[in-house]
Amino acid sequence: MIGFFLRRLGESMLAIWGVVTIVFFVTRVLGDPAALLLPIGASAADIEALRDQLGLNQPLMVQYFHFVTSALQGDFGTSFQHGRDAMDVVLERLPATATLALTAIALGLVIGAVAGSVAALKRGSAVELLVMAVALLGQATPVFWLGIMLILCFAVNLGWLPTGGYGTIWHLILPAVTLAVFVSASIARLLRSSMLDILQEDYIRTAKAKGLLRSTVFFWHVARNALIPVVTMTAILTGELLGGSVVTETVFAWPGIGRLIIQAIEAKDFPIIQAGITLIAAIFVLINFLVDLLYGVLDPRIRKAR
Amino acid sequence: MKHFLTDLYRSKAGLVGAVLIMVIVLVSLLAPVLDLPDPTRGDLRARLVGPTWTGLFTPGAHPLGTDEVGRDILSRLINGSRITLLVATTAVVLGGIVGTILGILAGYKGGLVDRILMRLVDIQLAVPLMLLALLVVAALGPSLRNVVLVLALTSWIRYARIIRAQVLSLREREFVQSAHAIGASTLRIMFLHILPNVLTPALVVGTLELARVIIMDSALSFLGLGVQPPTPSWGRMLADGRVYISSAWWAVTFPGLAIVLTVLSVNLFGDWLRDYFDPKTRSAK
Repeated sequence: MIGFFLRRLGESMLAIWGVVTIVFFVTRVLGDPAALLLPIGASAADIEALRDQLGLNQPLMVQYFHFVTSALQGDFGTSFQHGRDAMDVVLERLPATATLALTAIALGLVIGAVAGSVAALKRGSAVELLVMAVALLGQATPVFWLGIMLILCFAVNLGWLPTGGYGTIWHLILPAVTLAVFVSASIARLLRSSMLDILQEDYIRTAKAKGLLRSTVFFWHVARNALIPVVTMTAILTGELLGGSVVTETVFAWPGIGRLIIQAIEAKDFPIIQAGITLIAAIFVLINFLVDLLYGVLDPRIRKAR
Repeated sequence: MKHFLTDLYRSKAGLVGAVLIMVIVLVSLLAPVLDLPDPTRGDLRARLVGPTWTGLFTPGAHPLGTDEVGRDILSRLINGSRITLLVATTAVVLGGIVGTILGILAGYKGGLVDRILMRLVDIQLAVPLMLLALLVVAALGPSLRNVVLVLALTSWIRYARIIRAQVLSLREREFVQSAHAIGASTLRIMFLHILPNVLTPALVVGTLELARVIIMDSALSFLGLGVQPPTPSWGRMLADGRVYISSAWWAVTFPGLAIVLTVLSVNLFGDWLRDYFDPKTRSAK
């Protein structure tokens, strides 16, 4: 178990280093920050002076080494727009993004788990058909459009909820529900198919044959085993929620990291873009690391096999 | 082929998906001869005109209404579908070619090549795909070519992983072993013996990827990082229409419905295709 832990830790560190490398090469090599920073028509001498000041005239490998060492200390330079440390600006937005993502995941997991289990247990019924149809539709709907439609319905037409913004629980409802629909659609489909697989297993028949209560069979034998792929899926979905936050937060004017990154892209504020993307990727790597450890707890077979 | 079609016909969901895809592709191909209003030309006297259901049969009317500068929404949707389908298909095929080749290489060669490629996949998976796409488009600048490249970049890993897993088991099969024994070169084995056997899973991945890429493409253009105006795109129409949400529901509703319908039909067909080629789920039916 310790060997497994250390190897996964090493792999996670490698992944974060890889992310920092991707961010460096994409932003530094493809675009010239000096040319982007100065107004159009700036003289060649001005650009050259700024390049010197930003260290862009050093050999690429020196720049890369410098970037990685400071990035690993959380130093991405000063934001062009805010005039403050870029990582500080990004971290200030983290609570908003985390609140939205966690609420959506929790809500989506509960709805998806109930819907998926009902669909699997009531196989062939109208309920199953309904759940699966709604889930299919939910997977085909772009999150940003669903968000706009919910705003149109509950904010513009009915006037029950605010169209966007941040602060009270009322502001949280529409964006959280929008994302929860997306989460629960994937969870419901996955849980249903993994439960159907498990219901056919011999040990379920044995458990029923020895006269266990139906609820005991369900919670101890079916649900526990069917949850393993759901844990993987939840990790993947969290990554998509964090990445997709750029779109949702734009739709609902939610002041999180995603909206910050979009505004930074429009303003060519590279330190913010780099800090924001690195932070989100690092969180995602951390989640995957924790999920892998969780497997060992959920399924002793994995713990032994490794 | 005959079994393929009868099975498709019997599965209602797969059939609905296939028919819808054919209709969407046909309409987008026929757009130039459909006598639609110019999708890029506005009419300031007809701004934000509501939809009229009889408009389909009256020339000059707007069946799905007009947008904020008086452009016909139906015409923009149909012309936008050409861009969306073009971008998504090219990206998925491009990602498919790269992913399949790298997947075969990693699976057959094994060793260092395999370890490097799979580590690369892991690292790329650590960045949420949407952010990776944003980062690259922001650095390269938005254009048709760049959007295709970025979407292909987010797509190749899915092929590479699945194809690699297939190749790992194919490698041990007798026909590959005997080809190796009679002295066939590595390249020959990879392309003549292995490639034909992984085309089916590649096709299944491709179909399901198409749905994901269509959504991501419209998300990019929703954020203003997709194909640039005046070329009509579904995501851009949504973003523009959003401003007028309280006065013109149609400007933001129809582009979204177009995306949902397209993605839904691709998903329906893709799910069926996966089940059809997967012997495990097939025997369970």
